Amino acid sequence: MQKIMVCIKRVVDYNVRVRVKPDGSGVMLDGVKMSVNPFDEIALEEALRIKERVGNIEVVAVSVGVADTQQQLRTALAMGADRAVLVQTDLAVEPLTAAHTFLALARKENPDLIFLGKQAIDDDANQTGQMLAALWERPQATFASKVGIDGAKAAVTREVDAGLETIEVDLPAVVTVDLRLNEPRYVKLPDIMKAKKKPLDVTTFDALGVSAGQYLKTVKTEPPAQRQRGIMVKDVAELVDVLKKKGLI
Amino acid sequence: MNKVLIIGEHDGKNLNPAAAKCVTCAMAVPDAEITLAVFGKDTAAVAAQAAALAGVKTVLRVDRPENEHPLAAILAPQAVALAADYSHVFGPSTSFGKDLMPRVAALLGVAQVSDLMAVEASHRFRRPIYAGNAIVTVEADAARTLVATVRVASFEAAPNGGSAAIESKSLSVALPSHTRYVGAKMGGTDRPDLQTASRVVSGGRALASADNFKILFSLADKMGAAVGASRAAVDAGYAPNEMQVGQTGKIISPEMYIAFGISGAIQHLTGIKDARTIVAINKDAEAPIFEVADVGLVADLFQVVPEFERLLGG
Repeated sequence: MQKIMVCIKRVVDYNVRVRVKPDGSGVMLDGVKMSVNPFDEIALEEALRIKERVGNIEVVAVSVGVADTQQQLRTALAMGADRAVLVQTDLAVEPLTAAHTFLALARKENPDLIFLGKQAIDDDANQTGQMLAALWERPQATFASKVGIDGAKAAVTREVDAGLETIEVDLPAVVTVDLRLNEPRYVKLPDIMKAKKKPLDVTTFDALGVSAGQYLKTVKTEPPAQRQRGIMVKDVAELVDVLKKKGLI
Repeated sequence: MNKVLIIGEHDGKNLNPAAAKCVTCAMAVPDAEITLAVFGKDTAAVAAQAAALAGVKTVLRVDRPENEHPLAAILAPQAVALAADYSHVFGPSTSFGKDLMPRVAALLGVAQVSDLMAVEASHRFRRPIYAGNAIVTVEADAARTLVATVRVASFEAAPNGGSAAIESKSLSVALPSHTRYVGAKMGGTDRPDLQTASRVVSGGRALASADNFKILFSLADKMGAAVGASRAAVDAGYAPNEMQVGQTGKIISPEMYIAFGISGAIQHLTGIKDARTIVAINKDAEAPIFEVADVGLVADLFQVVPEFERLLGG
């Protein structure tokens, strides 16, 4: 094992309550706090732990997005990634385009493992890792809650609807991570200073030979239907009464 | 005419109820002819169940030893081989479908519509983003195969009463050997399945321990309910992940959802907003869960649960 690539997405911070623009053209993003997608932090943490366990592995953090995505890649470098690559674009990047971009980077970098979050908390698509694995013609282990490396193979425990499933994949492989895989480390100030000196390369779709497709057209964006606030009951007896009248118990 | 192929999830014995919901979604596609495919080692039993779903015209059985466990890397090239004859390929938005369908889409060179919640036209759909804080309407190119995962909580199950033709398909597709099934540790409960249960009893961080969750199991068993948990409760180790309800867990639509000690983070609410009736019990009168609850009670869950169970009677 020599190299692990981790794909990072810049997203609206987890704590921001996203609001839809009144004209239905999208959601309000001006001045909103942006962060590393929380699942991608877990992905990076796992790569760093493997590096710390095994030693002598280069961890490369990559992303595709606007110029300001450098901020999130600097965070990744501060966490411990060795270097970073940003494929810079102002286009809205759909999962299939992200997968083609990471494929181009994978062919250049030849990593033994690629980690991604299982989904990004903005579009909630849950596609990019699987698409990348398909295009790369390599195994995918999605929703990982445990990753064991054994030479040229990895045993991955996956969180599936009915419980846990374990699969074995030959490396190189794509692993998408779930919440319980690890708890990402906090970045300390000296690490932020050190990260400023680490290499962060900026490249483009053209330089990588990626054609950025627009596959789905977003026609409009609306707020969700709101549920009405119901009634408050004073005690359990009244609760049971109300539910009986509704025919629910 | 639109030809919709649904990839049916199953465990070798039973067709997953999500398939019946995908059928209802497919029937919303204008002028649709519906085919349901099942991949497995021996799919005779699940194919018979699929054929009974009203609205399904044809059931395709793709039996081969490699299909015993649903590995995306194994199933995707086979689904792609079938997809050539269809305008739409749907899978459920379950861990099975979320794993498989993007791999199918990428091999076909098309985008995927994730968590399809409404069909507006043959190639125009609605889906949630930002944990359900916004709903987008998206349009895909009608000249390409449309791949989607169906948000099962948004659709009723198609009823039985159909009598589809069952065909066995042998596909000459080379399969990779780089991905191998090792084993599984499933929750294995006699309680109703969380994703399809009509009643769900759910607990949050206020339960304060895994041991305390037993009071919810006891109540659930009395009510014939499934048991869920908030992410906070799962993260704290009080409940296993397969019980998690919300943006990163399961999206459910029971007749009744009873939330004990769940504050109601937006990420949790997105998993329950299709519930017919939401009941919330929380000590904190300001908890956001009360903003969406049909019936709310400000009280200590540890007093409410035993009394509620007692009042349900025998």
